[in-house]
Amino acid sequence: MDLTGMISLLAPEVLLTAMLVGLLLLKIFAEQIKPGKTLTLVSILFFAATVLALFMRSNASLFGGMFITSPIIGIEKAILLMATFIISLQAFQWLSKFRNYIEFYMLLVSILLGMFIMISAGHFLTFYLGLEMATIPLAALAAFDTEKPRSSEAGMKLILSSAFSSGVLLMGISFIYGTCGTLYFDEVHSLYTGGALQLAGFVFLVAGFAFKISVVPFHLWTADVYEGSPVAVTAFLSVVSKGASVFIFMGTLYKVFGMINGSWVYILCILAVATMVIGNLFAIRQQNIKRFLAFSSITQAGYILVGITSGSIQGTASVVYFMLVYLFSNLAAFTVVGVIADKTGKENISDYNGLYKTNPKLSVAMMLAMFSLAGIPPTAGFFGKWFLLASGMTTGIFTLIVIASLNLVVSLYYYLRVVKAMFVDENEMPVEYIRSSNASRMGLIICTTAIVLTGFFSFIYQYIYSFSTGIQ
Amino acid sequence: MNLNLLLLIPLLTLAALFAVRDAAKVRWISLAGMGIQLAASVVLLFMYMAQRSAGIATQLLFESSTMWYESWNIQYHIGVDAVAVAMILLTSVVMVSGVLVSWNIQKQVKEFYIYLILLGLGAYGFFIANDLFTMFLFFELAVIPKYLLISIWGSGKKEFNAMKLVLILMFGSSLVLAGILGTYYQTTIVGGNPSWDLITIGSLDIPLHAQQVLFPLLFVGFAVLSAMFPFHTWAPDGHSSAPTAGSMFLAGISMKLGGYGCLRVASWLFPEGARFYSPYIIVLATIGIFYGAFVTLRQKDIKMMNAYSSVSHCGFVLLGIGMLTQTAMTGAVLQMVSHGVMTALFFGVIGMVYERTHTRMSDELGGLLKVMPFIGTCFILAGLTSLGLPGLSGFVAEMTVFVGAWQVNEIFYRTATVLACMSIVVTAVYILRASGLAMMGPIHNKSYVSLPDATWNEKLAASILIIPIVIIGSAPFWLSDMVNSSMGTWMAGLLTQAH
Repeated sequence: MDLTGMISLLAPEVLLTAMLVGLLLLKIFAEQIKPGKTLTLVSILFFAATVLALFMRSNASLFGGMFITSPIIGIEKAILLMATFIISLQAFQWLSKFRNYIEFYMLLVSILLGMFIMISAGHFLTFYLGLEMATIPLAALAAFDTEKPRSSEAGMKLILSSAFSSGVLLMGISFIYGTCGTLYFDEVHSLYTGGALQLAGFVFLVAGFAFKISVVPFHLWTADVYEGSPVAVTAFLSVVSKGASVFIFMGTLYKVFGMINGSWVYILCILAVATMVIGNLFAIRQQNIKRFLAFSSITQAGYILVGITSGSIQGTASVVYFMLVYLFSNLAAFTVVGVIADKTGKENISDYNGLYKTNPKLSVAMMLAMFSLAGIPPTAGFFGKWFLLASGMTTGIFTLIVIASLNLVVSLYYYLRVVKAMFVDENEMPVEYIRSSNASRMGLIICTTAIVLTGFFSFIYQYIYSFSTGIQ
Repeated sequence: MNLNLLLLIPLLTLAALFAVRDAAKVRWISLAGMGIQLAASVVLLFMYMAQRSAGIATQLLFESSTMWYESWNIQYHIGVDAVAVAMILLTSVVMVSGVLVSWNIQKQVKEFYIYLILLGLGAYGFFIANDLFTMFLFFELAVIPKYLLISIWGSGKKEFNAMKLVLILMFGSSLVLAGILGTYYQTTIVGGNPSWDLITIGSLDIPLHAQQVLFPLLFVGFAVLSAMFPFHTWAPDGHSSAPTAGSMFLAGISMKLGGYGCLRVASWLFPEGARFYSPYIIVLATIGIFYGAFVTLRQKDIKMMNAYSSVSHCGFVLLGIGMLTQTAMTGAVLQMVSHGVMTALFFGVIGMVYERTHTRMSDELGGLLKVMPFIGTCFILAGLTSLGLPGLSGFVAEMTVFVGAWQVNEIFYRTATVLACMSIVVTAVYILRASGLAMMGPIHNKSYVSLPDATWNEKLAASILIIPIVIIGSAPFWLSDMVNSSMGTWMAGLLTQAH
């Protein structure tokens, strides 16, 4: 294959690498550049990359099958890029106070690059390479606010738990290598018979993934890290980092372990039920809004697992679609949290009491985000949840669906708590009127518009569906 | 008539409400929007009757179907039959009246009307929808704004009661969700193709064991909204805390969403399941009727009284559905309409009384008929409808339910019917006592003497509700025939095999 052909298949990765180098040069040669200009530049590039990834229509493999690209992988990359784009918008106001703000973008880009390699992996080595490339800068990002001890603590916790989960993953990979003699996805797929050692390898692998997606009982790092990290990083962790892990988890399950779906369906069911129930129960008790969103995102992971159990084309499509919807809902919530935390430093749910009186627009955006996360129509979250549960139904495990829908009621309770704080509760000292920056306002407008409209335009789902594949 | 009009009008009203700030404009825009909607509903009724009398006998009229999510085979399928037309008319009447009685709200006027009209939008969408996805979408849309309506504009323990109401209703809707997804799964198994369409699924032969699982999920899920015992506890608390228009919507329309769902979704899709569970429904409905009536006896708060009596009255709806005869089911629909307008009138009048006297305790009131003849008359009229006085709509509805129920010639069903009939005596006791205490007799509190009677908006609100009560009560056959023939078409599969 000639070079241009290769570059066209690697377009998002090449663009991100170029961005990385560009930012580095910017840091060295033009440190006096205004943050606003950098933001504009970075945003435009992120947006360009999103569009580029969205229209990657070719099915191809590169480097002897170690790197795979396909339209659905392109869509997944576009979703991650879109999320990063919105996060860079919402982070701007907070970020412009830092002297080393360019590093933030550099870390962001290098994490994305790692995730793209991970998602496109066709070999366990490229997968692991991408994973580590994403994880280590992520910990640096969590510790970005160097003046706050909690931030460094969060970074430390993240790197330790990531290292542990990577170890578990590697253990699983080595078992698989030991029994199959190869690490290529398609070869493992044909050699995988479901023997004892292979199953042990599979279980380790699932445990490693469960850490990354923060599935109960591997979720314990989540709340602390989310609480300690700066808001923008928490948003990144809960959307982009989780999304990338979900995509590759689903990819390996379907592509590599499709043969033994009879066994992993039940593993996933148990994990899904545990994740939904525990996530819900803990979310009820939270006072800090970031911890609250952490547990809410754990619960959402449970619903995503329900969708993954399906193994069908609808399963892939609905998980990818849900991540898209979840991106907008969660980022809308985090943008509001970020704006308020940045101006007042308040992060408790009770601080939001009476917010509607002083900041009606922020409150309405937050309400839409909460309803979308809770899956209330007509927000996009309703459509996302519906498709997840409906595709989970294709396996015929009705009990799982009943439990999942009952959990929706519990989660509605705590999402309503936030709405209640903003709209119903009285407060002598509500948060004063906040004029949010243009960047975060633009992020909010994108998110809320998407929350309201995404569900009604079915072509978005149909587009994802037309490129999805089920178990092979 | 294009049924999308029924969604478009509230949507345009909402859009107009977003654009204005002034409270007076907000009120007038809401009234205009809901007024046009009422006119559209009346036109729909006449067009429906014209089409039927022209001999068009399809299950649904004004049908239209658009593919929405092709890979799931989700269609936006709308169409109405007589039951839906009656429900739409009921919704329109209650909405106009609700807008009018809320005229004096001072706090966050714009938000209040936005939430109220959103609720209405949910109800309209639910009644015209004929595929499970669209139906469920609108069903849930009609739940959440209630939370805000009650907890912001309510009274008493409003925040707790609002949360309780929404969680219990959402519990019901989660059962419905599970039931719908299970139904979808069955369509892929039995029919080969996924389907969400009510008519398509109704024609499939879903196996009994599946019906036995899915029917109770859907039925109970919907019946929670109709305050079926033992899931009725949200009703008194929610109603008594809600603002007047909120109670009117809750009892007048929202409880009917439940009954309509039980009838249209649960019983229509799973006739064998319905037959299997019919005794259980009857038992729960009878308990609800009796328990509701006796608890009502003990209430001194007139709003609480009407809230508990709604539990009792909605029991008749469930009883009618559970009897599985055409007449009883027609009666259930008539009861939904009748109870809808009656209870809306009652809550409206109670709201007017409370606004003036600032108490709802029947023993603190007294002699109000003398100082406010209009409100007093409406109160007594609503009470008489509630206890089933001939000539008013309550009598027609309850009578039809009882006649239909008596047609089931089995000792168990007959006992339930007799028991349910006897509850009317209890109803008479609490209604007459409350009317006597609150409206007649001497004026206990001297400050009440100077209280004003109803204003123009309140008079209009009450009149709009009284008209259907009197029309249905004195000339019921146009409605009952219309519903009856639709019921025959819908329930043919269910009824031929029943009993």
